[in-house]
Amino acid sequence: MGPVFGPVLIGIVMQTKRTVFQARLLPYALLAPQLIITLIFFVWPALQAVRQSFMREDPFGLSEKFVWFQNYTRLIGDASYLNSLSVTFVFAAGVTAVSMTVSLLFAVCVNRAIKSGRFYTTMLVWPYALAPAASGLLWWFMFNPSVGLIPYVLNMVGYDWNHRLHEGDAMILIIIAASWKQISYNFLFFVAGLQSVPHSLTEAAAIDGAGPVKRFWTVVFPLLSPTAFFLAVINITYAMFDTLPIIDAVTTGGPSQSTNILVYKVYADGFIGLSLGPSAAQSVVLMLIVVLLTVVQFRWVERKVQY
Amino acid sequence: MMKKLVLTAAAVALSATTSLAATEVTWWHAMGGELGKKLEEVAQKFNESQSEYKVVPVFKGTYPETLTAAIAAFRAGQQPAIVQVFEVGTGTMMAAKGAVYPVYQVMKDAGEPWDTKGFLAPVTGYYSDASGNILSMPFNSSTPIMYYNKDVFKKAGLDPEVAPKTWAELATMGKKIVDSGAATCGFTLSYAATWVGLENYSAIQDLPFGTLQNGFGGTKTEFTFNGPNQAKFWDGLKKAQDDKVFKYGGPGGAAESAPMFYSQQCAVYMGSSASRAGVINNAKGFQVGFAPMPYDDTVTKEPKNSIIGGATLWTLNGQKDKNVYKGVAKFFTYLSKPEVQADWHQFTGYLPITNAAYELGQSQGYYAKNPGSDIAIKQIMRGTPSDNSKGVRFGNLTQIRDLVDQQFEAVLSGKKTGQQALDEAAKQGNAILREFEAANSN
Repeated sequence: MGPVFGPVLIGIVMQTKRTVFQARLLPYALLAPQLIITLIFFVWPALQAVRQSFMREDPFGLSEKFVWFQNYTRLIGDASYLNSLSVTFVFAAGVTAVSMTVSLLFAVCVNRAIKSGRFYTTMLVWPYALAPAASGLLWWFMFNPSVGLIPYVLNMVGYDWNHRLHEGDAMILIIIAASWKQISYNFLFFVAGLQSVPHSLTEAAAIDGAGPVKRFWTVVFPLLSPTAFFLAVINITYAMFDTLPIIDAVTTGGPSQSTNILVYKVYADGFIGLSLGPSAAQSVVLMLIVVLLTVVQFRWVERKVQY
Repeated sequence: MMKKLVLTAAAVALSATTSLAATEVTWWHAMGGELGKKLEEVAQKFNESQSEYKVVPVFKGTYPETLTAAIAAFRAGQQPAIVQVFEVGTGTMMAAKGAVYPVYQVMKDAGEPWDTKGFLAPVTGYYSDASGNILSMPFNSSTPIMYYNKDVFKKAGLDPEVAPKTWAELATMGKKIVDSGAATCGFTLSYAATWVGLENYSAIQDLPFGTLQNGFGGTKTEFTFNGPNQAKFWDGLKKAQDDKVFKYGGPGGAAESAPMFYSQQCAVYMGSSASRAGVINNAKGFQVGFAPMPYDDTVTKEPKNSIIGGATLWTLNGQKDKNVYKGVAKFFTYLSKPEVQADWHQFTGYLPITNAAYELGQSQGYYAKNPGSDIAIKQIMRGTPSDNSKGVRFGNLTQIRDLVDQQFEAVLSGKKTGQQALDEAAKQGNAILREFEAANSN
């Protein structure tokens, strides 16, 4: 389908559209399944959380009391919550930076490998198929201070690895474990992005005398920026929400809360600690943080992105 | 093909009618592996002993997962008749007055004879209200004991038949073991900062853990575990870690602690008496010694009883068919039988909950044949329990234990002294206690 046919096609679609969707109800009926799922599994629980965050209740739900913003105001002065907040930002920034850099590097390498590219692509995508808890367990085992292989090797070169006690080690470990899975996902998008960069542009730059590094940074990378922007949004959301099973399997938030990211704290306080109101307040705040981040990204960062 | 189908349909119909005749009693539990199989055997034997009721055990994951599941089910009106709740959840369950059907009441309403005089006092005391009524059925109670590697002791030039009696002796022996190269670590602990290293330490040394008799007197209780002796003990563990004598196995039950003992890295392991079977199975190629928990001779010359852990069975309100509760009562009577108790206790290493079960074990010669198997019972039965050694009862204790673990880790990494860490833990813990108090007085 060449560029010539494009507008013609759109014209046909627009014409037919009017005739097909005469019925008013049909579009709603077609949308309904997705809407119902979204309402039941996303909107309703979110509203429940908002409601619970203004309540103080016992675990069994035998009694509850409206306490205004008490659950929220408590968070402001809570040292462990503020700690969790800063831990989350370090973690999210770490995961996004590591997984995007590494996957971009892989994508560039694979893009250059003409014959074996497909093989590498398949291999690199595999980790994505793994459940987060399983991948967490894998890293927990490799880095286990008493039986793991990596601490053993590190010990030989004189580094005493123990993420059970050293906060820095624990943070590095969860960043690696969380990034590893996400690299596969980012990689796929970067490969697709690289393949859509027209050869004519890089060839023209080459003829003008630009070397491979210069060509990458001045021609290819700017054209990749929409992909990179999209991935940045996805990765930050991933790090803040989907990494709970990894934290649970690897560090359970320790040592001394150094890996207790917000989403894990919501889970630990609500489901293990059974303190529902404060946990709900935390989850509402977390939801607002992500909404805010996404809005900021779309309003200010997106303007600098070249499509 | 058609014939087969009809037959299966008939079989299904038949089994449906037989199970319709018996009232089903659902029992949610948290016993996996070998313990889970044994539990199912207990239920099955009860079912075979009569035809009116059928106990259906359902495995719901870890203790916290089981409790959370039961609470969620209760809120949705789908709760089981019986749920197994760990001792840390006792405060939460006791406060949930409308949700819980106290076991003494269950027995009374069903007209089931229920003699509690024969129960071991340290066990039932943990689960009784202020007037002495037992609120939940003791099922699997354990207490920490010391396991040690006799072969490593021998290699280090120590007498393998003499276990360290005090923490000071343990430190000296541990040093000798590490220095001689018999093992790379002296000792490791499960629940290093909580059940073993703070709750039981306080009880055995007769030190208060919280006000109002460690929380038995009501929800207005406050933590007092940040005393100078507990602080000194934590500093001692940090020093032992620096000397390579103590190795930390992680927070909570310490997933890495027991494996370090099995792999002979650590010469001594302290953990639940219910780990006995697991320890014996995993201790390949060395002799295991059993001993009571060490005590701190700088604090006391007469160690008190240790406190229990494990879980009890709570009956939940709200079953539509009232016959279910009759079934619960019958099942609890069955569970209290000496034969049933003794069998469960001897297989698992959990404590017997009645004197009769203990005596039955003695007359069977079980303790003589299995040296060390009565250490746990003797340890919880020694002396007269004081307010400090009856147990601990606090709301949201799961959450509080987590934060105590975190503070202990700050000591081990050298960020805080024992006193600073315990003060912070008590402060944060008290805030949680106040929240619990408020939530339960709405």
